[in-house]
Amino acid sequence: MTTHDTGIPQLLAAKEIVVVCGAGGVGKTTTAAALGTMAAVHLGGKVLVLTVDPARRLAGAMGLSGLGNEATRVPAEALAASGPEPRGELWAAMLDTKRSWDDLVRRHAPDARTRDAILSNPLYRNITGKFVHSHDYIAMERLFELHASGAYDLIVVDTPPTRHALDFLAAPQRMADFFSSRLLRWLLAPYRSRLVNAASRPFYQLADRLLGSAFLQDIAEFFILFQSMYDGFIERARAVERVLGDRRTTFVVVTTLEAAPADEARRFIAALADRRLHLGAVVLNKVLPVELLDPEATAAARELRSRPDELAGELLSDGAVAEAVLGVPSAEPADRALVARVLGELGESFLNFQVVATREAEQRAELGVGAEVVTAVPSLETDVFDLPGLLRMGRRLWSHEGPPR
Amino acid sequence: MTVGLLDRRLLFVTGKGGVGKTTIAAGLALLAAEQGRRTLVCEVDAKGDLAGSYESGDIAFEPRELHPGLFAMAMDTEASLREYLAVQLKLPRFTRLGGLAHTFDFLANAAPGVKEILTVGKLAWEVRERHYDLVVVDAPASGHVIGQLQAPQAINEMLSVGPIREQTGWVLQLLTDASTTGVVVVAAPEEMPVTESLELVDRLGRTNIDLAAVVVNRVLPELFGRAEEQVFERLARPQPAAALAAAVGPSAVAVVDAARVAVTLRRTRAGHLARLREGLGPSRPVLYVPELFARTHGLRATRQVAGALDAELS
Repeated sequence: MTTHDTGIPQLLAAKEIVVVCGAGGVGKTTTAAALGTMAAVHLGGKVLVLTVDPARRLAGAMGLSGLGNEATRVPAEALAASGPEPRGELWAAMLDTKRSWDDLVRRHAPDARTRDAILSNPLYRNITGKFVHSHDYIAMERLFELHASGAYDLIVVDTPPTRHALDFLAAPQRMADFFSSRLLRWLLAPYRSRLVNAASRPFYQLADRLLGSAFLQDIAEFFILFQSMYDGFIERARAVERVLGDRRTTFVVVTTLEAAPADEARRFIAALADRRLHLGAVVLNKVLPVELLDPEATAAARELRSRPDELAGELLSDGAVAEAVLGVPSAEPADRALVARVLGELGESFLNFQVVATREAEQRAELGVGAEVVTAVPSLETDVFDLPGLLRMGRRLWSHEGPPR
Repeated sequence: MTVGLLDRRLLFVTGKGGVGKTTIAAGLALLAAEQGRRTLVCEVDAKGDLAGSYESGDIAFEPRELHPGLFAMAMDTEASLREYLAVQLKLPRFTRLGGLAHTFDFLANAAPGVKEILTVGKLAWEVRERHYDLVVVDAPASGHVIGQLQAPQAINEMLSVGPIREQTGWVLQLLTDASTTGVVVVAAPEEMPVTESLELVDRLGRTNIDLAAVVVNRVLPELFGRAEEQVFERLARPQPAAALAAAVGPSAVAVVDAARVAVTLRRTRAGHLARLREGLGPSRPVLYVPELFARTHGLRATRQVAGALDAELS
């Protein structure tokens, strides 16, 4: 059960890395930005929001327009103008996959020649530029790098939009596996010995037939170059993994209360438990007001929907009410019909949204279990694209509601 | 638009996560089948959402007829590779792939684009062989789809010889023929989905692959006209509010508040919708699918979406 000393503020104060995750479209980026902004304003210290793919207006709001990998400070005046005097600094950085890979190669390459050969290899450019698998790893790698730099008190990172939200958790391990794989070692074996190695011959012949030996040679060359960085990479992937499991790191799962994202959130929460990673909070984003479930309001809505004409007549028979609604004390039939339409629509709309709210309540009941903090953000306050908006959303996150009753 | 949306042969349905991409793909395929087209719908990222849309039980690599004329499959790149080897290279299917199966995942990661080409290639092949009138692809989310569609081009550039290079040739031709292949971008009238859709349309414009349509999902009905809206605002004044509470109970205020949420939500969405239309320009076809309050998933929702798309297309 939640007590009042465990909330989002306490969580952000206690941790150094907050990884914000969840299905696509639930508001991960905005949540990460709101959390970081609130921490910078209220808790102080140097806070970095590392975002993967922000919408342009949000990026603009955070001072990120036209920037690459470098962290940029959100101007203190801009922050102060949107709310209380900030206690700390807010920094923001975007993830540029290609640049991050290049940096990684520069760091690990044993010499300038290898470095240049890798950077200009067409396969390398394809891996880093066009295809998606490298994204997960590089996001975690960059997080590690920024944390290790010791330049920030808190880093809030929003995770890349992977097909499965879990992909990035496995990314460091996958990268390590990749570099120690049998295939890789086989590709790196001298061409000649490959031919005499009976076990691999059918595979090689097949690969040769499919891809052409020139391409295989390209691949081999690429990996021979990459192998020179093998130790550095493995060590690094392990270190990245350790940081994710460190007690200074926590995960915040964001979800809406729609079926598919909520399902993914549940799977994600289970996976965090499996990996013994720390689930800090569950953020329910874009939730409808709970008043939609109120039985008395429901009864009122049903009545409005079932006898709007009668009710309109009743209301307008009072001259003062007619005056307030229509501007004239006595209503014509057309006026009554107009008011009746509005009353009927009020009831209809309430009952429509109630169906959605009922579904949300079910999802919510299943989700809160196990998380220390469950916090809900109403649907109207999530359309955020400036600093005041981030702070508004942040205040909602700050005042956590505890598990559902 | 020169060709009707469903008269194309291959449609890739994509969009930002959470906008209802799978439901729209499922609805399009159902509609096409109901109109008498032999239709294949393929889920690419194997999350099982498509099975949920038809309430059909598991969907596998081998296509299964779910409704008359509607076949569904789930992409499995390893199965696709086996099929490719059997069909294109005439290797017997029982050939032991030995190290290949075992290290397939690594190969797929090592030689970039292998998974993508096996996916796109399989779908293009179904089209070329005329096994179906229409193939609808529940494609990866917008961030990934361009990479997938460009894989044949990338492979084509990297390989100098061999059967794969030859085959990327016809795949490319099929993908870039606008009367055959098109991308359907699904958007929702919200900040991020609209921004991302516009970015995707922009990126798509720089490829040779045609944008077939933009589908806006979850459009809220207009609650009030102008006169009604004025009445609605005035109902919140003290005297009408008190009279309403006296008539239907004190909770009337909650009903009015809820309507205010609905009105604001609709207004916000209308703003995003306007931004989307402005960004797209007049020549791009836009289809609207209304918010479904009662059901968001399952066969019933899929049928309703198919109905809404039908109304938009006719």
